[in-house]
Amino acid sequence: MSETSTVMDRPAYRGDDRRRQAREPFVEFHDLFKAYGAKEVLRGANLQVYRGEVLVILGGSGTGKSVTLRHMLGLEAPDSGRVIVEEEDITDLPEEELYRIRKKFGMLFQSGALFDSMNVFENVAFPLREHTDMSEEEIARNVREKLELVNLPNTEHLMPVDLSGGMRKRVSLARSIVLDPKVILYDEPTTGLDPLTCQTINELIVDLQTKLSVTSVVVTHDIQSAFSVGDRIAFLNQGVFEWVGTMDDARDSDHPKLREFLKASAVVAAQPTKKS
Amino acid sequence: MTVAVEPQPSDPPFFTRVRARAERAFLYIGGLTDLAVQTVQQMRRAPIERPLVLVQLDQIGVRSMSIVIITSAFIGMVLALQTAYALEDFGGKLFVGTIVSLSLVRELAPVLMSLMVGGRVGAGMAAELGTMKVTEQIDALRALATNPVRKLVVPRVLATTLMFPLLTVVSIALGILGGLLIAVANLHLSANYYLRSVIETVKYNDLASGIGKTFFFGFSTALIACYNGLRTSGGADGVGRSTTQTVVTGAITVLIMDFFLTKLFLFLF
Repeated sequence: MSETSTVMDRPAYRGDDRRRQAREPFVEFHDLFKAYGAKEVLRGANLQVYRGEVLVILGGSGTGKSVTLRHMLGLEAPDSGRVIVEEEDITDLPEEELYRIRKKFGMLFQSGALFDSMNVFENVAFPLREHTDMSEEEIARNVREKLELVNLPNTEHLMPVDLSGGMRKRVSLARSIVLDPKVILYDEPTTGLDPLTCQTINELIVDLQTKLSVTSVVVTHDIQSAFSVGDRIAFLNQGVFEWVGTMDDARDSDHPKLREFLKASAVVAAQPTKKS
Repeated sequence: MTVAVEPQPSDPPFFTRVRARAERAFLYIGGLTDLAVQTVQQMRRAPIERPLVLVQLDQIGVRSMSIVIITSAFIGMVLALQTAYALEDFGGKLFVGTIVSLSLVRELAPVLMSLMVGGRVGAGMAAELGTMKVTEQIDALRALATNPVRKLVVPRVLATTLMFPLLTVVSIALGILGGLLIAVANLHLSANYYLRSVIETVKYNDLASGIGKTFFFGFSTALIACYNGLRTSGGADGVGRSTTQTVVTGAITVLIMDFFLTKLFLFLF
């Protein structure tokens, strides 16, 4: 029990100012259904992501957490239900129209998804070259600024293959924020990284949230990470968001599955301490 | 003592399997057609990105030159030898230039070049785009509000469609030179006689038919490769499957198209 409370009672890194912001929804899901063949991933999911908050989407592996992010960007279309972004229904928009919506978002993919054929500079500069008329000097200045923001100065010339997992994610994050999006979507930002790098990434998420005043949605099954960065939790189970609430409420929640999930994660996290 | 026998899952009935295969084939052709339409639309709507096309021209054209030179020269030489052998009793040696040049220009150079270069280029494209797909790079492009068809498919299709006819011209020239080598060294014909018979035989309609076909071969080869690459799923295994399917489908498509295009060009010219 003590281990459980140790993890779940972790204080957040920063103050609570952002939590007090007006509850104006930026992204909304209304009764979303999505199936891949016979596998139903979303079965009537409802969710609201409020402007300025960090929402953590929590759930087990293969429960469709990443699928929800892909629906926010319009990378996937639901079988039924509506996706609303800034009061605009994007569900049936054609691909070309969706590009306008996607410019509001930055997405950090699970694998980083850096373009292999380009070096770090070209990767981060890519959105600027595609969507702005900036001169090469302005692009270089912007790229350097964003790389410094993710603590990776002087790495412009490196190729993705030369980067470690954590560095790839940070470069990908720099590329995601280079157009100054309103929302940043993080798909499993700490998966596959060592604890210290996880800590760095978590701090970076909070840091960017403060510096850029964006809305963030973090998909994870890492409880440590969730409690480090989140304002609210949406717990995805069997295709629906079964529990949505603040981090404090999550600690006291009597939702059996969420309780089980938090407890299990806390125990797993505490095991090395026990052995030593 | 009785042994409980578990019921074995049986294969679906014959007609169900045929229907499923036919559905998959129609879906494939539909997807391919959709990509072709999108590609042409993007070529017309958005400005062509020249640096990307240049990279592909180099990749498809310049880097395929060695296999085109080697295969074409040897095909020309073999063709000259076989023609002389087959027509020896009829004094066929004298027709070597005519037969070699006409076979190469109308059929062998366009088709063999398309099969050889198509295999090399198509496999490379499918593997590259397939890897991009399974490592979420295609999704990243879309998430960054960039059309993957414009960025990836258009340069490849355009470069292949332009390069196949040029490589065919090289292939024809090298094949005829290969034939010349055999004609002079082995059949003891004069180079002047051989070349004159080539020039007198090959007409503009032969060149138009032979080279004209390769625009279509280039377009279809690149389109199939890009389509298979973009629909790849399932990691490294999926990339392997897409690559193999590209080589097989691309070669079959070239051969089938060759028949219909030959009929069409015979009708036109």
